[in-house]
Amino acid sequence: MSQTTLPPVEKTQPVSAPSRRISDRSRAERKLGWMLAGPAFLVMLLVTAYPIVQAVYYSLFNYRLTDPENRSFTGLSNYGVILTDSLWWQAFGVTVLITVITVAVELVLGFALAFVMAKALRSLRPTLRAAILIPYAVITVVSSLAWKFAFDIDTGFVNHWFAWLPGISVDTDWFGGQASSLTVVCLAEIWKTTPFISLLLLAGLAQVPEVLQEAAKVDGATFWQRLWKVTIPNMKAAIMVAVLFRTLDAFRIFDSIFVMTAGANNTETVSFLAYRQTITRVEIGLGSAVSVLLFLSVVIIAFGFIKGFKIDLAQARGE
Amino acid sequence: MTVSHAPSPGNRPGRTSTGSAPGRSGRRRARVGALASLVLASTLAACGGGSGGPPTLTWYINPDSGGQQEIANRCTAAANGQYTIEISQLPRDSPSQREQLVRRLAAEDSSIDLMSLDPPYIPEFAQAGFLAPVPPDVASRVSDGVVESAIQGSTWDGKLVAIPFWANTQLLWYRKSVAEAAGLDMSQPVTWDQLIKAAKSQHKLIGAQGIRSESLTVWLNALIESAGGHIIEKVTPKPEDYQFGLTSEAGVRAAEVMRDVANSGEVGAAFSTSNEDTSATGFESADGGFQVNWPFVWPRALSAVDAGTLDKSVPDDYGWALYPRVDADTPSKPPYGGINLGIGAFSEHTDFAFEAAECITSDENQAYYFETNGNPASSKAVYDDPAVLKVFPQAPVIRESLDAAAPRPQTPYYSEVSGGIQREYHPPADVDPKSTPQQATDLIAAVLRGDQLL
Repeated sequence: MSQTTLPPVEKTQPVSAPSRRISDRSRAERKLGWMLAGPAFLVMLLVTAYPIVQAVYYSLFNYRLTDPENRSFTGLSNYGVILTDSLWWQAFGVTVLITVITVAVELVLGFALAFVMAKALRSLRPTLRAAILIPYAVITVVSSLAWKFAFDIDTGFVNHWFAWLPGISVDTDWFGGQASSLTVVCLAEIWKTTPFISLLLLAGLAQVPEVLQEAAKVDGATFWQRLWKVTIPNMKAAIMVAVLFRTLDAFRIFDSIFVMTAGANNTETVSFLAYRQTITRVEIGLGSAVSVLLFLSVVIIAFGFIKGFKIDLAQARGE
Repeated sequence: MTVSHAPSPGNRPGRTSTGSAPGRSGRRRARVGALASLVLASTLAACGGGSGGPPTLTWYINPDSGGQQEIANRCTAAANGQYTIEISQLPRDSPSQREQLVRRLAAEDSSIDLMSLDPPYIPEFAQAGFLAPVPPDVASRVSDGVVESAIQGSTWDGKLVAIPFWANTQLLWYRKSVAEAAGLDMSQPVTWDQLIKAAKSQHKLIGAQGIRSESLTVWLNALIESAGGHIIEKVTPKPEDYQFGLTSEAGVRAAEVMRDVANSGEVGAAFSTSNEDTSATGFESADGGFQVNWPFVWPRALSAVDAGTLDKSVPDDYGWALYPRVDADTPSKPPYGGINLGIGAFSEHTDFAFEAAECITSDENQAYYFETNGNPASSKAVYDDPAVLKVFPQAPVIRESLDAAAPRPQTPYYSEVSGGIQREYHPPADVDPKSTPQQATDLIAAVLRGDQLL
């Protein structure tokens, strides 16, 4: 069976598209558009671009907040220090590991939950949706603390409940090692953000035309064939948005690590590293350089996804 | 501040439905407008209230059981209307307190008149010019009759830069029954090796702080100092020229003790995440044997008895002694902590702030703070106060411990030094006396040179 998707929308010029010469009315409309959107655009520049530019600027200096007199321009040397330090690569590796594990598990679980929500009775749907969304509504620090206390050797109940499982006993110190600490961190992340991914996937699922499903059914396709050949290809844009958002979110993970391990046992992430250089060490130059590298990583991920999924978001919007 | 050109709503032509004389709705609007003007004027007047009247001093405090608030009230009353002291609470742990103060002071925040500072961060604040210089007459008054460790902790570059307030130290807490059964004579100084042996023989816990946090540096510093060395042997104007003592004989011996305690099998399953509270909880349990900890463990146990969560026989079994020795022949150097008062360099009322600091650190207030909040005084005289001795029978040992205590490395780069130690000496069970001290030295030196991240 060949893949069944909606035919690509032909990009045609809108009927009202201006000819080569812009009419006075169009020019006035454009001007009005700029006047209306201009203030918002300026505010956007102020709150997003300005801090980024400032971070890039500071990253070129050796600048300690408690020693402003000795601020000196050092060019790209901060980047050299960071990129040749094993700590950066270790933090980068931990961040990628957490990102890959949580996003992969969340995608599978999110799909399952989206299917449940889609197939649930119409009367049950709002309640189910609200129930599934509850973890996402919890503040990250609060959920991190809850998971920390649950797995803590003194206050936790997990060891007592699951002592029958091999490898777990009442004395299991979850935060005493890298692998076990990261397991709890990943579990907490998955618990908290799966609802987000499932809601985005549910929206995508709702956009798959029922006629295609019925046609596939008539052709004798099994559930898995319909899933792989009809459902998933038709909700590619939704999957990309869900995975992209979650990947970016997971890559910036900070709260859970801060609360649960404070970076002990090699559980530091890139955000945590930036926090430590900037806030704890007050080394503004070095910290800014770490932040800039984190920002670049996020930009690369975003571009990678958009290119990798070969999705034109403008087309997905029907433009 | 005055309000000029305030619109007078009553004079404006009323825009009623009839378009002529002000009707009911116009009058209502006029009334609302007048009220709004009044509120605005009074609010603006309140804003400008600072120019007259006595100044308000803001004291940034570390969280406690309400003692600093009460002292602020007392000193406000004692000021006879010259100034009032308001408190503003900082985060719970001392590195976070430092972070917030540094950020504010770097921005030259004039609202910081007084601040409760953890001693290891005082050199950094002084070096950065965040602390107002202590006038010589104030310096001599506030260091008179004060324990040596508290004066050391308030000194940078040979000058007193903060006012000693309360001084903390760790004691060796032991269960009398356990020590007796193990045959330890607690009237004599004991070593860490003896403690490990005693705990093993009785299968009881040894409590210390193995968590990757400031507590770990406190422990390592006490071990090195007790072995006769220092984490930093020589502090120089340039941090890249510092000479470290981690690889010295004392440093290696300290690493051995840390490793031996962590691997003794008597430290509890979660030793690598164990902080002061965890140690105190373990010590209160039926497995409790020995612990090194701050004096808060005593009021904590008594409160638990009052709350009915701990049997009275438990604190009755508590014994206390000077911090354990690393080597039998060398006296121990217990950890020194507590809080000293810094006066903000950007404060607009430094004279009043110094006056307030002297009031806050008076013997009377220190005795009150010790008695009610369990925070030991830096003034020696307080230790003879009968009321204090009644609540803290271990006060004489605390004073003795404070006299022997050694501060943590005094350097403006303390965060880097402490952070490097925490990275290399954690988890304590993996400490290798042959390699860990060298690795930590290399790391800290590279971080101070700006060649490595932390």
